[in-house]
Amino acid sequence: MVAAEQQKRQDERKRKPIMTKHTATNDTTEPRQMTGAEMVIQAMADQGVKHLFGYPGGAVLPIYDALFAQKDVRHILVRHEQGAVHAAEGYARSTGKVGCVLVTSGPGATNAVTGLTDALCDSIPLVCITGQVPTHLIGNDAFQECDTVGITRPCTKHNYLVKRIEDLPRVLHEAFHIAASGRPGPVVVDIPKDIQFATGMYSRPTEFPHTGYHPKVKADPAPIRAAIELMARAKKPIFYTGGGVINSGPQASKLLRELVQATGFPITSTLMGLGAYPAADPQWLGMLGMHGTLEANMAMHDCDVMVCVGARFDDRITGRLDAFSPNSKKIHIDIDPSSINKNVHVDIPIIGDCAHVLQDMLHLWKSEKKQADKKAIGDWWKQVDKWRARKSLSYRPSNEVIKPQYAIQRLFELTKDRDTYITTEVGQHQMWAAQFYHFNEPNRWMTSGGLGTMGYGLPASVGVQLAHPKALVIDIAGEASVQMTMQELSTAVQYRLPIKIFILNNSYMGMVRQWQELLHGSRYSESYSEALPDFVKLAEAMHAVGIRCEKPGDLDHAIKEMIDIDRPVLFDCVVDKAENCFPMIPSGKAHNEMILGDSGVSLDDAITEEGKMLV
Amino acid sequence: MNANATPPSTSHYPTATNVQKPETHTLSVLVDNEPGVLARVIGLFSGRGYNIESLTVSETEHAKHQSLITVVTTGTPMVIEQIKNQLDRLVPVHRVVDMTTSGKAIERELAMVKVRGKGDNRVEALRLADAFRARVIDATTESFVFEITGKSDKIEQFVALMLPLGLVEVSRTGIAAIARGPDPM
Repeated sequence: MVAAEQQKRQDERKRKPIMTKHTATNDTTEPRQMTGAEMVIQAMADQGVKHLFGYPGGAVLPIYDALFAQKDVRHILVRHEQGAVHAAEGYARSTGKVGCVLVTSGPGATNAVTGLTDALCDSIPLVCITGQVPTHLIGNDAFQECDTVGITRPCTKHNYLVKRIEDLPRVLHEAFHIAASGRPGPVVVDIPKDIQFATGMYSRPTEFPHTGYHPKVKADPAPIRAAIELMARAKKPIFYTGGGVINSGPQASKLLRELVQATGFPITSTLMGLGAYPAADPQWLGMLGMHGTLEANMAMHDCDVMVCVGARFDDRITGRLDAFSPNSKKIHIDIDPSSINKNVHVDIPIIGDCAHVLQDMLHLWKSEKKQADKKAIGDWWKQVDKWRARKSLSYRPSNEVIKPQYAIQRLFELTKDRDTYITTEVGQHQMWAAQFYHFNEPNRWMTSGGLGTMGYGLPASVGVQLAHPKALVIDIAGEASVQMTMQELSTAVQYRLPIKIFILNNSYMGMVRQWQELLHGSRYSESYSEALPDFVKLAEAMHAVGIRCEKPGDLDHAIKEMIDIDRPVLFDCVVDKAENCFPMIPSGKAHNEMILGDSGVSLDDAITEEGKMLV
Repeated sequence: MNANATPPSTSHYPTATNVQKPETHTLSVLVDNEPGVLARVIGLFSGRGYNIESLTVSETEHAKHQSLITVVTTGTPMVIEQIKNQLDRLVPVHRVVDMTTSGKAIERELAMVKVRGKGDNRVEALRLADAFRARVIDATTESFVFEITGKSDKIEQFVALMLPLGLVEVSRTGIAAIARGPDPM
């Protein structure tokens, strides 16, 4: 019936000239009459949106009708609403722009919830338009009705239910403003179908009446001065940076590099912050945290001054809290005041945007001719180099089976000179990618950090490839994760997006298997990937290209073949089934109690009974 | 609530180092009176495991469509700080003022107390009500409804005294708070 309706509409359009023309003109401050549905598209065009990820349904048909009549916003049809949100996240993370999603009411909205929560956890700016049943049916248990604003309230930065057409232009633009400013996040705008049909005056608002929302970007000078003084006196300092630096924009990464080099301090980063500081630089210690390097974690534990820039002392980073960096003074730069003193007490909180704060710090450091304590820092580096010499990422190479670490290393070597973007799913492969794929620029690394959403990487790579059509976009995946959003391969095929899905196939939910080995007496309950599809045939069935590689000797050739194919590729890299991801801070342990891959420590001894209780 | 849970000493989670004592604070939260704003505030408390001991909401500035929410909560100083920051982060929230730390604040509550009884009990209830400056706002030959305002502990005490005299039910407004002196919050 819907198809028939659509056909009828199309026929009508052929007969009648299109009434309203949508162009991204600059005179949109002049009020113009249009329908609610047209306002949605016009607001996106005014915001410079080029791509919209969505899936149609009954409650958004008027908006799809408005889409049909214009060329400013290109709609990308996904195969599941979760995929739409992850694609928009990849798009946003790789460009710094706001990602846009359009889904229908009821199941459309509930399917989007995982993606919205993911975007909230990782502070990704999104605007998600959801259709809603007509206002007179709200609360009536209508077909495909759900309490969208109720369901998405805790998983968005803010959300709206628009019940009057007069409010719609303001709400749409406010949604973009809130999503992108301050600590970014997802914003949902729920629009009942009658409001989409209603006619009203549209103009782009020049200001927002919300007097309660003023994120602070410029920090107070006093704590910045105190921080500089503390850094100049430091004997064993470290920079600990996070996703906030990426969110703040490329300028923040540039300023961070200048400040780190001006001070000569070592620097480590969270999973979300990779790329803000170049991995090729000698001051870079690698990632820290549960699967971070020995040098990064030991330096965090032993430091006397910690400069945290845009990170949030997450439990994967701190390990055991009461043993976290016990002897350090901590400086914390964050745009969100609620991140300060949430998990760890800090001595100098600086509330502001990373780029602004780093600029002020750098300016003060230079203008006051501050010098780090050269001798002390030299001794500190000697200590750091001792930890480095331990080579905590080493693994036992093999000529028989492909070691997953080796696969990532070869992937890096063969793609590092290209314009490459990496997305991942969640699990062992994600950690190996973070350890062995080295990033020298921000916005090149898209991963689900806070929520840990399996199935993030494939749709995210769709979004990244759309934003960067000429780039090489690779989803480093696991065979279990990739099956969660496998259907988005069809999206990639439909829009001719040559994404590469590089599956480290160990026939297990690897991280689950590793925890079961460590914590549950090697009882591999439900973690074996039984009845796996033949990924090569699967790719072919979906009109993509499948490649399988099982021998280390064949790997380079196979990866080169994958890169050269200008179509979506599903690469089934069959790796060692039993490999564990090390180093690892076991549950309930501190930074200086890591397990190393070849340490010979019995895993049963490494984790206490209390530790087993934790996740 | 966070402070009351006793996690294992080796926890990854923030409560591991919470050796601070819980405190009770009264927060005044000025919000836009728009649909769902109360759900945002309450959802934040339940979602993050904070306590609500008392909650009072009413539109106070009709022209600006602003409401004042007065919420009494308990937590360690670190948790109270979190609550204030998390509230401040909500888009419709204009200001969060900690009435407990910001100096002298007056807190008042109103209660209506229904007491049923005859003979000596009835006389005693009326006598005590007079001592507490509670007003009779409804009466039958076998019951009274008293209206009493004051600090929460005064109301607690009055209710406790009414219990043996035939207390039937109590309806309380929750705490409203305002700062002393000439300045607004």
